[in-house]
Amino acid sequence: MSIYLMQIFNGISVSSILMLAALGLAIIFGLMKIINMAHGELIMIGAYMTYLTQKVFEAYGGSGLFSLYFIAAIPAAFLTTALIGYVLEVTIIKRLYGRIIDSILATWGVSLILQQLARSIFGAPNVEVKSPLWLNGGLLLMGNLQLPYKRLFIILLVTVCIIGVYWFLYRTATGRRVRAVMQNRSMAESLGINTRRIDALTFALGSGLAGIAGCALTLLGSIGPTLGTNYLVDTFMVVVLGGVGRIVGTIAGAFTIGIGSTSLEFLTNASLGKVLMFLLVILFLQWKPQGLFTISSRELDG
Amino acid sequence: MIKKKIMRLLAVMLAAFLLLSGCSSQKAGETGAAKESGDVIKVGILHSLSGTMAISEVSVRDAELMAIEEINAKGGVLGKKIQPVIEDGASDWPTFAEKAKKLLQNDKVATVFGCWTSASRKAVLPVFEQNNGLLWYPVQYEGMEASPNIFYTGAAPNQQIVPAVDWLLKNKGKKFFLIGSDYVFPRTANQIIKAQLAASGGELVAEEYTPLGYTDYSTIVNKIKAAQPDVVFNTLNGDSNVAFFKQLKDAGISAQDISTCSVSVAEEEIRGIGADNMKGHLVSWNYYQTTDTPENQQFVANYKKKYGQDRVTDDPIEAAYDAVYLWAAAVEKAGSTDVEKVKAAAKGLEFKAPEGLVKIEGENQHLWKPVRIGEVQADGMIKEIWNSGEAVRPDPYLKTYPWAAGLSN
Repeated sequence: MSIYLMQIFNGISVSSILMLAALGLAIIFGLMKIINMAHGELIMIGAYMTYLTQKVFEAYGGSGLFSLYFIAAIPAAFLTTALIGYVLEVTIIKRLYGRIIDSILATWGVSLILQQLARSIFGAPNVEVKSPLWLNGGLLLMGNLQLPYKRLFIILLVTVCIIGVYWFLYRTATGRRVRAVMQNRSMAESLGINTRRIDALTFALGSGLAGIAGCALTLLGSIGPTLGTNYLVDTFMVVVLGGVGRIVGTIAGAFTIGIGSTSLEFLTNASLGKVLMFLLVILFLQWKPQGLFTISSRELDG
Repeated sequence: MIKKKIMRLLAVMLAAFLLLSGCSSQKAGETGAAKESGDVIKVGILHSLSGTMAISEVSVRDAELMAIEEINAKGGVLGKKIQPVIEDGASDWPTFAEKAKKLLQNDKVATVFGCWTSASRKAVLPVFEQNNGLLWYPVQYEGMEASPNIFYTGAAPNQQIVPAVDWLLKNKGKKFFLIGSDYVFPRTANQIIKAQLAASGGELVAEEYTPLGYTDYSTIVNKIKAAQPDVVFNTLNGDSNVAFFKQLKDAGISAQDISTCSVSVAEEEIRGIGADNMKGHLVSWNYYQTTDTPENQQFVANYKKKYGQDRVTDDPIEAAYDAVYLWAAAVEKAGSTDVEKVKAAAKGLEFKAPEGLVKIEGENQHLWKPVRIGEVQADGMIKEIWNSGEAVRPDPYLKTYPWAAGLSN
């Protein structure tokens, strides 16, 4: 019994990780129709920022403060990756709007450059991030059902991020402009919205969210130059399945893939589970190419 | 307008920065190269310096360059300096084959030290056989191969996996859970383990494979919990190990509850996994940084002096270092770098390696090596808890094991 309960929790946990990684991508993809192949590397940068924050706290923080480094790492990762995203947007991405193939190639190039840069700076082997003590262990429920604190923390972090993004998009003036540009760019321009500024801002926000994802992923996996590529395919699948441009789509997509793939893995094995999940997604997209949720728009070129 | 100019400037600066950092890493790669054009012997070094395997192969390249430098400092071979030609296989198997061809045909290197994954070795094997080149392969592998153009300085299965399974059956229990990455090495290794378990009264409770680069082991950990094995035999490779051990610990399973034994996790990998995530778990290799020989103390000191105090040595690093010395000794003995003469001279050649005395077995061009089982300590080093005493004869096809009769084909 507890095995099955644990498996349900695993499904939710994997969904939350996918959600975190895909959230930034969904915003960028939704707004700008830019397929950002460098998203994984922004996640990687977030992870390395966590590593650096840990180093700083180790050197100057003393033992009392050290356990709090992880809390400081989250905003640090967000701000750094957001800044890098902003620089990328104003130097490279802005020249590529409307040229999907070029944008794939250019962002892929950027991803390779960032990977090799990380390798030159931090060295090729993985680095270690010690998870803070208060995240070790787990919540023990009935018998041998143990929910790791790290996974609970990530679920909490995702919830906060989603509420934050939702609040930003639906409750602030800038968010309204972002949605306007997302739905109908030329009409938004006609109404006096500075779409250039919105683009750069959104790209920075999406990148920043990738940074937070990178920070969270240090708890569960490896921290190395190729960390991001391991997550890229799954996050794209979430965005495509969820439908472009809606947060609720990303949430639904992440739950479908997270719970679906863990269940299939439990029933078969990891390789076959992944294949089956891909197959189901492809079949679904044949039936509904727009994904689970779509925005109805009257834009002509939509 | 001004804003636009600033942006331009920023773009130029970014480009310049990227260019510069690219150049500097290039330079770092060439420092080992002797610059004389006269009396030199060129050797190829072919490892992944970028891509997913760079994580392991960069330090192996470092060890090879160090050995070359040491030999050159003592006067080189046949009175000539060794000049390394470094190529990047980029973690891509066709690239490995292409670069191997380039090294053999354009650079006309005397020998090549290279590869890590079995996939890359299988990709370059036909190139070396067609061009009659010579490859020194430094990593433990699944066996079932003995190319006349390759010297294998890592462990064959009977020098790592088979003795580990024997030891685990005797000391830890009969119920085995096999977990590995989904490619040729883990699958072949598990074929061997299953045959061995069947012959020695062990029990296979489950066999699981995950794609390379897989990151979420919660489901597999759950399956391990349900199966309650005595031993988890781990042939995962690369980043997956980090995810697996972190998540195993989070699920509340420690080395006291279930023993795991890994054959692809060495000191270098433990640094990335985090020593406290792996404390008490077992590994099987031929060499550890803590191995107590005078040669090893010297080797570790030199390596740290050259590459930094925070660096560690491990089995493939040591095997790569040995390979360069063995080749140099064979060339000296043959009086020539000709492949056939070097091969003939290499037969039975002995070398006092950091791991102890090793010897080239003429029949299959593998090394006689001692086997060591170790336990990971809190500081990330490995403590030897068992060793084979003397060097074990390499048997890549497991011909001397009756239970393995059906495996080699």
